[in-house]
Amino acid sequence: MTQAKNPGSELPLQHQEEVVIRFAGDSGDGMQITGNQFTHTSALVGNDLATFPDYPAEIRAPAGTRPGVSGFQVRFGSADVHTPGDQPDVLVAMNPAALIVNIKDLRPGGTVIVNTGQFAENDLKKAQLAKSPLTDGTLSAYRVIEIDINKRVTDALKGTPLSSKEVQRCKNFYTLGLMYWLYSRPLENTLKWLDEKFAKRPELAEANKLAMQAGFNAGDIHELFQGRFEVAPCDVLPKGTYRNIMGNDALAMGLVTGAKLADLTLFLGSYPITPASGILESLASYKNYGVITFQAEDEIAAICAALGSAYAGCLGVTSTSGPGMALKGEGMGLAVSIELPLIICDIQRGGPSTGLPTKTEQADLLQAIFGRNSEAPIPVIAASAPSDAFETAIEAVRIAVQFMTPVIVLSDGYIANGAEPWRLPKIEDLKPFPVKFLKEAPADGFLPYARDAHLARPWVKPGTPGLEHRVGGLEKAHETGHISYDPENHEFMVRMRQNKVMAVRETIPTPNVFGDSTGDILILGWGSTRGAITSAVEKLRSKGRKVSSLHLRHVWPLPHGLDKIFSCFRSVLVPEMNMGQMARVLRSEYQEHNIISYPKVQGLPFRTSELVTKVESLLER
Amino acid sequence: MAETQALTRKDFKSDQEVRWCPGCGDYAILNCVQGIMATLGVPRHQICFVSGIGCSSRFPYYMNTYGFHSIHGRAPAIATGIKTANPELSVWLVTGDGDGLSIGGNHMAHILRRNLDIKILLFNNEIYGLTKGQYSPTSPVGLKTKSTPMGSVDRPMDPVSFALGCGATFVGRTIDTHVKHMEQVLLAAAHHKGTAFVEIYQNCVIFNDACFDGFADKSVRDDKTIDLRPGQPLLFGKALDKGLKIEGWEPKIVPAAEAAVWKSDGKSAGPAFVMSQLDQDPTMPRPLGIFRDVQAPIFEDGVHAQIRGAIQKRGEGTLQQLIYSGETWTV
Repeated sequence: MTQAKNPGSELPLQHQEEVVIRFAGDSGDGMQITGNQFTHTSALVGNDLATFPDYPAEIRAPAGTRPGVSGFQVRFGSADVHTPGDQPDVLVAMNPAALIVNIKDLRPGGTVIVNTGQFAENDLKKAQLAKSPLTDGTLSAYRVIEIDINKRVTDALKGTPLSSKEVQRCKNFYTLGLMYWLYSRPLENTLKWLDEKFAKRPELAEANKLAMQAGFNAGDIHELFQGRFEVAPCDVLPKGTYRNIMGNDALAMGLVTGAKLADLTLFLGSYPITPASGILESLASYKNYGVITFQAEDEIAAICAALGSAYAGCLGVTSTSGPGMALKGEGMGLAVSIELPLIICDIQRGGPSTGLPTKTEQADLLQAIFGRNSEAPIPVIAASAPSDAFETAIEAVRIAVQFMTPVIVLSDGYIANGAEPWRLPKIEDLKPFPVKFLKEAPADGFLPYARDAHLARPWVKPGTPGLEHRVGGLEKAHETGHISYDPENHEFMVRMRQNKVMAVRETIPTPNVFGDSTGDILILGWGSTRGAITSAVEKLRSKGRKVSSLHLRHVWPLPHGLDKIFSCFRSVLVPEMNMGQMARVLRSEYQEHNIISYPKVQGLPFRTSELVTKVESLLER
Repeated sequence: MAETQALTRKDFKSDQEVRWCPGCGDYAILNCVQGIMATLGVPRHQICFVSGIGCSSRFPYYMNTYGFHSIHGRAPAIATGIKTANPELSVWLVTGDGDGLSIGGNHMAHILRRNLDIKILLFNNEIYGLTKGQYSPTSPVGLKTKSTPMGSVDRPMDPVSFALGCGATFVGRTIDTHVKHMEQVLLAAAHHKGTAFVEIYQNCVIFNDACFDGFADKSVRDDKTIDLRPGQPLLFGKALDKGLKIEGWEPKIVPAAEAAVWKSDGKSAGPAFVMSQLDQDPTMPRPLGIFRDVQAPIFEDGVHAQIRGAIQKRGEGTLQQLIYSGETWTV
């Protein structure tokens, strides 16, 4: 089959500013691949975009069941896109379970594309449906396009050497081809990707290409749509070179960059855990950048090995999620006590305990700031979007080496697996901050716990002649670092460590207010809520509401100047994917302000509409 | 100020006052290790002692080298980070039966199987000393301690069997009261390329005094212990008139002339394992010496070889290549 130059060109072409599509199917249907390919192609045609993969923790829950449904939402547009969108305009449902789980989210009047080839009685039974939602009125509010994709792909792949099971596994590429046609996207990028992906199984590459082209060329289906759409490239994006990036990858690249800027070897100690494993996998591929990765036997060994490497003079990093953070607590305390740089990346997920491994949450904030035995202060910073994870990682390295302290980087599942276009920094804008190891004793003698202007102690690599010394978790005497049980010294050292961490705020900027600097409500966010908050503020302001927002990268210590900013608003609204942890911190730090918590703990990010509704309800009071 | 002159035991004494109980077996071990370090030809600044928590783990404070007193059980993980980051360092790990086999058992298993070039000294006193006398994973069944007033019902583990099971490439055992023997075993461990695991029977005078006297007391030692010396016949007794051999799967006491020659580098760790279980039969002597000594690839060598290989193949990565990789487009 050859690809028609421009199939369906006789049909009308409509321009749309932005579209939200959700691909939904069984976890074995390849919806994540489909979504990622659509995303990547949309990025390459110049759209701004945001994605939201939503998949079950089970690798393959029983096929066709509701728990096995895997979804991927992408919003792409020619205007600024901050979030993956509240409601899909188009839902692609590969089976009854995918349809019934997702239909409630579809925008009224939206389009649902259903694979009717998977709607036999048995399929309905697996989805716990007594009647077919295709006929019982469930879909009456939507535009329904019924396609037997199972049969279509069988027909398209007739004559290939594939088994019927393998043929059916090409369904997702048939669907992708159809969506590429509908939104006028080129096939080239995915064709190339298939060749690379299946380099060792060329027959599979060919079959998937055939399936995709068949979907792209299916003229009789095209007529069902009565036209196709075009979403022009985004023209409000700042000039520059872009690439599509996922949060975990951006974080990994930021760590490699931070290490290079600090002139250190990066050592990652990590134990696989969802949704943080991508960082380990990503860094393991950077061996030619000198990166050492160590997959440890457990979370504790991971942080301890990273700390050991820091003692030896590396940039020690460990990556994990909530349950792993809990296990790393004692290791973090040791890092605080021996005052070595260390980066701890917590990619938060729903909890407590194992909780919702593949869903997002921001409920490790208090654990990050306070969750260690005794007085063990650690600076905490948070990434606000997939591409922001890059800069956040570099900032973490900067603080860690400048203050000789562990630093916690908070991200979450939504950032980790979400994607967006990233405007690449100019290399010359990345300013080096090389570490200076102490190489010989100062004239007045070597003191392992002497302090510099940042209250940081010297960093000495073992192997340096003449500076042999011992460190450990027992309390140390000021300057000499000898074991000390002296009561006054202990209080002195506790305060010293506290003052050092609080001094980080002298090196961080006061964040800018988005919107007017005075008004009724200031929405204060941290972490991955940034996109939804920005969209909500834009919407509210367009309606004349006096609403602004402020987003924190440095969540501990808090930057200077917040008090003054808060004073210019009647209230500060803090939306968080937890029970109000940042609100609690702010109330204890800034008691004179009206701080309102807006918690959401569903394992799902905030919708823009939820924030808009909340603010309007507050304004009406 | 790199060291060029020959070092002595004294050079390895730190300025810190040693704070073990008078009569503790740890003193003898510290003294012995300081003596050995002086013979290795490694300058002090290239040596790093790492420990966990417990009486034994105070060791690094008393060595005039680099040292890291870490947290309970985690010394193997800390040491793995240090050695992998800088393979040039001579890394020594000091631990105990509780630190190394109870709270840190997992890490101990994994450092042994990975085979880093690290020397591990496990002081086994069959008791928790620093927490003042609770039973440990090596305490015998029935031992009455503060936490087992009616006697322990836990079956103990054997550190040597454990290390062999983890695939350790060097496994030795010695005893604090037999300094000469300790020197021999520690020297062999120091010269082994790979993870060397040495169990040192160490007497706790306060909470478990004389627990090894049944075979270690000078009056019975010759008859109740046997020294495993690679390439030498398995002999014991004051006059070295008794021998050992393994018949089928069973060890057997035989006249000296019939004793088997001890082989520590066989393909199978089986004979070493049989020896490590000898104490199950009270008529048998307690084996000390070198159970196993074989070569295997070194973990940190493999890690750095991969990095060198990647750089050779793809060139050393630059920030430009890192950030501007993949599909990009320009606005």
